[in-house]
Amino acid sequence: MATNLSIEDLLDAYRTMRTIREFEERVHVEFAKGGIPGFVHLYAGEEASATGVCMNLKEDDYIASNHRGHGHCIAKGVEVTGMMSEIYGRGSGTCHGKGGSMHIADLDVGMMGANGIVGGGPPLVCGAGLTAKLRGKGNIALAFFGDGASNQGTTLESMNLATVWKLPVVFVAENNGYAEATASSWSVSCKDISKRAAGFGMPGTTIDGHDFFAVHEATRAAVERARSGGGPSLIECKLDRFFGHFEGDNQKYREPNEVKTIREENDCIKRFSDTITNDSDITVGDLATIDREVKILIDDAVEKAITGTDPEPDKLLTDVYIRY
Amino acid sequence: MGRKILYQDAINEALDQEMARDDSVIVMGEDVVGGTGASGEMDAWGGVLGVTKGLYGKYGNRIMDSPISESALVGAAVGAAATGMRPVCELMFIDFMGVCFDQIYNQAAKFRYMFGGKATTPVVIRTMYGAGFRAAAQHSQCLYNIFTHVPGLKVVMPSSPYDAKGLLIQAIRDDDPVIFCEHKALYATEGDVPEESYAIPFGEANIVREGDDVTIVALGRMVRFATKAAEALVADGINCEIVDPRTSSPLDEETILESVEATGRLVVVDESNPRCSMATDISSLVSQKGFSSLQAPIEMVTAPHTPVPFSGALEDLYIPSPDKIEAAVRKTAAYGN
Repeated sequence: MATNLSIEDLLDAYRTMRTIREFEERVHVEFAKGGIPGFVHLYAGEEASATGVCMNLKEDDYIASNHRGHGHCIAKGVEVTGMMSEIYGRGSGTCHGKGGSMHIADLDVGMMGANGIVGGGPPLVCGAGLTAKLRGKGNIALAFFGDGASNQGTTLESMNLATVWKLPVVFVAENNGYAEATASSWSVSCKDISKRAAGFGMPGTTIDGHDFFAVHEATRAAVERARSGGGPSLIECKLDRFFGHFEGDNQKYREPNEVKTIREENDCIKRFSDTITNDSDITVGDLATIDREVKILIDDAVEKAITGTDPEPDKLLTDVYIRY
Repeated sequence: MGRKILYQDAINEALDQEMARDDSVIVMGEDVVGGTGASGEMDAWGGVLGVTKGLYGKYGNRIMDSPISESALVGAAVGAAATGMRPVCELMFIDFMGVCFDQIYNQAAKFRYMFGGKATTPVVIRTMYGAGFRAAAQHSQCLYNIFTHVPGLKVVMPSSPYDAKGLLIQAIRDDDPVIFCEHKALYATEGDVPEESYAIPFGEANIVREGDDVTIVALGRMVRFATKAAEALVADGINCEIVDPRTSSPLDEETILESVEATGRLVVVDESNPRCSMATDISSLVSQKGFSSLQAPIEMVTAPHTPVPFSGALEDLYIPSPDKIEAAVRKTAAYGN
């Protein structure tokens, strides 16, 4: 475990990853029961990426996310009770029930929104990076996007613009092997998405996205570069999702045992907890305590979401403009 | 009684029959096959809602998955159409046109006119629209009016399985670019559909229901809602005529005007937002060309001027409902009486 992270940092990272996992596993169960409306895309399996990345960010740094955004939200500090209520469409949700799973946003903690449009986020972080640069406060902007979005013109244009304007921006491609039901090994024309960085004049690196420490270290370097005025970078995290593209996806495009094998052999949280309990003073008991606390937190969030109330009818017509 | 099939199966059958008839017909889109390059089954999805399922087994490489690159995908379909193919390109959700609109309105729509009539662009862009799935603001919009505004595009929104099949066959055979709008809440609806191939000409409205008190012009899913409202109004002695234009471009002005001439009263039902919409377009048409027929102000039943909310409680209020249509009909029927 080559890291300069403190015990406290490692426990924080574990708590974040477990919170994401518990949140997503629970949404999966509750969705199957029929309690959750709409389109839901789960992040379970990819926790090391959001967590390893966002631990390098400060509250005034910005992230843009995508349709698989719950993990990014949690790692950036969006409050989970509001998130769960949002997913249920409640008035007490993060976006007062108007956004839903695909549109959770909280600008107060630098979360510019999950996004329903593939490739919608990268241009937005160019803007956030521009604000940061012009205001000179030392903050940065970072886009999470998938292997699917890596093929969108918007993403490629953003990489070019970020270099040309020398923006304090980091691009994080989370390559989970599938754009919906299509394999990224087929749909991405080069072996590694990170190879595209060279064409835009920025550093690019591909890492094992199941490895929290690799993610943390690669992001640390890219964030430092951005913060110090060095311009943008691209990081590709190769990882896996435990669930389908959306809840309800039959996943026939995957070999029947694929997910089982990933869960058993390449679970990022298991890898992380094995490492920290072997290589530091952290004990299995410490982690079990966090597990219990996380479960209580998520149970409470689900309870509040289920018993929450719908938005008032007059809310249909509000929030379209600042003034009417 | 004829054979009953689902709206989505009617679309699949139209594609199947046209692909069998003409080898220049090809299908492309994101996951229209599903599973390309992956370790599991091909045709794993057959479209995100299974609408194109089975075509891969029959036609192999004539149906192809695309990377998530809507500009390149739609542009490639347009380019292939201009050079001899008849592509049916699926833009999964109509909301995604924001990513690729240039290829539709600056390229496909302009070729014929801009090139002095020397080009044809027989592309069909099939796309899913409409609210009701709790799919929130970026997957629920009703944007056919935006395409209708653009000269050079034909715009179709079938309201029944029968129309879906016949209009799609016409769209594929048509030499102009066609935006074929399928309401996601209609896919699982059932109706009579003949097995044999048939084409429904564009610009011919369907009189879904005859009546002589009030004309309701409704589009897409709203035709079913209007029918429900009309059935409820019979008890009060109000007989509605329902006109489904079926295509917003070209628009069958004559049938609409004739109906209003007979009833003197018009309610337009459009799931889209109210400004610069089909509702305002049809209201304007009747105000200009049918003014002397009108015995009451025109009523519009539309979504409000807001994005589509996620919460079910709000989305149900957003969508024009049979109750709201009924209320609008009662209002216009009572005017002056």
